[in-house]
Amino acid sequence: MMVKYHKQLDRTFAALVDPTRRAILAHLEREEGVTVSELAEPFRIKLPAVMKHLDVLANAGLITRSKAGRTVTVRLRAQPMRQAMEWLSHYERFWSPRLDRLALYVEAKEADSRRKPR
Amino acid sequence: MTSLTLVRRIKARPSIVFDAITTPEGIAQWWGPEDGPVLVAETDTRVGGRYRVRFRNLDGTEHESCGVYLELVRPERVVMSWRWTSGGADPGESRVEMTLRAIPEGTELTFTHSQLHDEESRRSHENGWAGALQKLEARFANQL
Repeated sequence: MMVKYHKQLDRTFAALVDPTRRAILAHLEREEGVTVSELAEPFRIKLPAVMKHLDVLANAGLITRSKAGRTVTVRLRAQPMRQAMEWLSHYERFWSPRLDRLALYVEAKEADSRRKPR
Repeated sequence: MTSLTLVRRIKARPSIVFDAITTPEGIAQWWGPEDGPVLVAETDTRVGGRYRVRFRNLDGTEHESCGVYLELVRPERVVMSWRWTSGGADPGESRVEMTLRAIPEGTELTFTHSQLHDEESRRSHENGWAGALQKLEARFANQL
């Protein structure tokens, strides 16, 4: 279960590194249920390239595609994003206050060593 | 790959920061939770050497993480593997990287905690059972 969870995270983040894919997700966030050609419109890339990006997003579970006749509608799926954000916020909560304490501690040490030069 | 990066600009020179993150005395000062004690801090500061840190939260629960130093360049860089060895489910091995850059006011600390890529994780378990078992588990997990 844990392994599956981490594989899912890897796929989510791999999908998110690409700016075109992030733009597609942003579009889907603004508008619910968009056709593939509507999604392709703002980009200077061909439809097959958009389809490839959609494949990556679908494999990461970030979108769903449904076909009605000849029209494919794309929708956002929030769950994998939520998992990734949970991982990040968990470790952010863990480390951030610790690094603040580290900074306080070493700054005191630095001040100390300047007062009494050895 | 999932990874968290935090940056702190600290008014202390890199060698002081480096010692605070690699010596037991230093670690005891900040690694624990707020108002919670560090119970054990052990470091064997050489590449391949192990570290172990155990701390107690205010709710009484104890947590321990340990790992191996993968890179150590005083006072610039520390890379270490990271694994929780107590306090709940083991989420596997991850990696902590700290880079110290000298800046006029002291040190810029760039801290990154990242998950391992499947590929990296497999390589780190070279010839070991862990990697093979993980793959097996993943295969069955996907069928559920």
